[in-house]
Amino acid sequence: MTAAPAVSIKNLKIALPKGAERPYAVDGISIDLIPGEIVCVVGESGSGKSMCAHALMGLLPDTVSTETGEIAFNGGNLLKLDEDGWRDVRGRHIAMVFQEPMTALNPLMRIGDQMMEMFEAHNLLTPKERRAKALGLAREVGLPDPERIVRAYPHQLSGGQRQRAMIAMALALEPAVLVADEPTTALDVTTQAQILKLIRDLQRRRNMAVMFITHDFGVVADIADRVVVLRYGKVVEEGTAAEVLTRPQHDYTKALLAAVPSMHPPVRAPLEGREKAVEVIGLDKTYVTSGGWFKPDRSVRAANEVSFDILQGETLGLVGESGSGKSSVARLVMQLIKPDRGTVRLGDSDLTKLTGRALRIERHRIQMIFQDPFASLNPRRKVGNIISDGPIAHGTDAKVAMQRARELLGLVGLDAGAMERYPHEFSGGQRQRIGIARALALDPEIIVADEAVSALDVSVQAQVLALLEDLKARLGLSMLFITHDLRVAAQICDRIAVMQRGVIVELKPTAQLFASPEHPYTRELLAAVPGQSAPPQAA
Amino acid sequence: MLSFVAQRIVKGVVVLLAIVVMNFFLIRLAPGDPAVVMAGEAGASDPQFVQQLREKFSLDKPLPEQLLSYVKGIVTLDLGFSFRQQMPVSKLISERIGATLLLTLTAFAISLVLGIFFGTLAARFAGSWGDSAITAAALVFYATPIFWLALMAILLFSVYLGWLPSFGYDTVGANYTGLAYVGDVALHLIMPAMTIGLFFMATYTRMTRASMLEVKRLDFVKTARAKGLRDNVIQRRHVLRNALLPVVTLAGVHAGTLIGGAVITETVYAWPGIGRLMYEALLQRDYNLLLGVFVVCSAMVLIFNLITDLVYRLVDPRIEFAS
Repeated sequence: MTAAPAVSIKNLKIALPKGAERPYAVDGISIDLIPGEIVCVVGESGSGKSMCAHALMGLLPDTVSTETGEIAFNGGNLLKLDEDGWRDVRGRHIAMVFQEPMTALNPLMRIGDQMMEMFEAHNLLTPKERRAKALGLAREVGLPDPERIVRAYPHQLSGGQRQRAMIAMALALEPAVLVADEPTTALDVTTQAQILKLIRDLQRRRNMAVMFITHDFGVVADIADRVVVLRYGKVVEEGTAAEVLTRPQHDYTKALLAAVPSMHPPVRAPLEGREKAVEVIGLDKTYVTSGGWFKPDRSVRAANEVSFDILQGETLGLVGESGSGKSSVARLVMQLIKPDRGTVRLGDSDLTKLTGRALRIERHRIQMIFQDPFASLNPRRKVGNIISDGPIAHGTDAKVAMQRARELLGLVGLDAGAMERYPHEFSGGQRQRIGIARALALDPEIIVADEAVSALDVSVQAQVLALLEDLKARLGLSMLFITHDLRVAAQICDRIAVMQRGVIVELKPTAQLFASPEHPYTRELLAAVPGQSAPPQAA
Repeated sequence: MLSFVAQRIVKGVVVLLAIVVMNFFLIRLAPGDPAVVMAGEAGASDPQFVQQLREKFSLDKPLPEQLLSYVKGIVTLDLGFSFRQQMPVSKLISERIGATLLLTLTAFAISLVLGIFFGTLAARFAGSWGDSAITAAALVFYATPIFWLALMAILLFSVYLGWLPSFGYDTVGANYTGLAYVGDVALHLIMPAMTIGLFFMATYTRMTRASMLEVKRLDFVKTARAKGLRDNVIQRRHVLRNALLPVVTLAGVHAGTLIGGAVITETVYAWPGIGRLMYEALLQRDYNLLLGVFVVCSAMVLIFNLITDLVYRLVDPRIEFAS
């Protein structure tokens, strides 16, 4: 493709405020966006990819400043525009779709009104025409029942529908350039597949130039024409999707690609003859929202006759989309919530029968690692206390517990100096290691990991997964591993249970599940995993 | 929506009855016997007279019986008889409640309008000297005791400047009618309403400012900018509307308590409202009158809570009726 670029970013330098970890968020980047082409800008957190996107819209935060460079558009330089000039460009010539459609829409405004604002902002059409256009757009992006949707509020739509509405809005004025900042990251895998296809279709139909920001190489493989790999604000590699994905030149790109978990499960040790570590029998849990005096209650069945075993030393995966009930099952197994019916048995003790002190004593046998490494550690306590609190509560001498905390930090790959520091002084990956050390402090037999690597960058994710595998083998742990990411599940699980609407629809050894999925939902999930057509090279 | 209102009214009545029962006993826990006080004031302290008074006002009956007859009265909107004022309580309250509602609702309106206005202004120019001035002024009004503010206002506007009347509801003996009367009342209203209003204005200013600055950072504001909308449209439609939700909650809590909260102001400015009536009833151990005022105040709190909930549901579509 040699068409003239719709937008050219030339040698863009965006300075971070003084005292930041590096002087430039974006350090001399040049990218051409060509009509009819999707450029994926890939990188890990902090690579500067989002800054690039925001610079294109003139929406950089006040704390940073563009130092040098040019964004050439329509014969002018966008960086020279004043606020009025930018307002004319935004939405009309360059439009943007954001990561989280729930927060990117005003909760107090109807979807249709928010779409109509696009025309209003640029003084186009009459109110009546705007309404008709909004309806047409809703139809074009495949929203079901458009008449109803334009009158609905954001909270009344599903995540996928909200993102479709965002896309409709962005396309309203037929912009030449679309900037999509991780538009599918917050979505379920099947919804993600639909949205990717929608962006692809619309981009072709309208011959738009698309800048697609993502951290996910699977998504890159599915949607990119060209790929730009960023690291620390610099372009490390650039080329066609095929080149970068199959013949990466730069070591960083190679490492990133290698860190993407493969869809092919490795061969795992056989499990025959192992004893059961956990037995879950017929768990039922229904959440009831009171409807008040004059309305019926609303109920959601989060777990419906859920039964499974975890063998000693086994990792059982629990996969499913948001709302499938997998986190509820984790909390039921942990006895953080009580089931309506059913049994959770650890060895010979039935946790569901225990209460109060008896339950507290047994709790150390099963520990949890959480998804969000920022929210799951108390920001006001030192790491040493965070790790030793559990054992001390169970009666261990404080000195002994602190000594053990030091050993555990070593075990998870952190040095003992971490004891005296606070959580905010650590990176996401390090915090997740602290979370693991905390879980191990009580010498559990079973670990429940609820999306434990989902918030991490792919390279960090690979390290944490390796750590979990290693610890599991060394300490003889069993694990319930909850994830929405089938690639991760493929790499770490011995068996996988697929959950849909509170029911386990299929439970099989991992290799078998990937090779011959039986349930239609399992097949749908597997088919929706991005990046299968041009699989990146696995390590 | 109707079922929601009906349901809330039924619940409100239950709550009100519980409040009546609690207050009934609470008042009688306080030391002091109304019959003794009355007899003392009448200059006759012999036990026989006191006993007569007790019998006259059913104070000699067992407590449960007294409670039962009181509750029966309330159901028929009869709040009992004030021994002291020799008048039905409902008549006393209805004579005074108009003045209190006028005062508190005016103060409420002033505080909301000015509070939101200054809060918006401060948030819009956050970090500027104007913002600092507004925030500082809000802090001063918030921290100043109402009675002191009232006294200082009287000193300044009545004593030194002579612009405003220092007490009362209207000019005694002037016998104004029509517009002249309205103007006279309005003149009397300014100081007491501003005194209460400034205190609450300060909280709304601070709340609006903080809430707007928080909403400003949210993603949908960025979406609005990405559309190319003008800044004032973004501020009004996207930021302010969302920022007002916590202000509505706070205002609802305040609205209910304003009536009871006017006691000090009404006393300082000799405003003939139920705040002062309550103050007098308390000093005179006028059980029925005191209970009557409590019941009315409680009912007001319940009514304003219901109004707040309705308003909240109107401004925030995420909250559904009867959920």
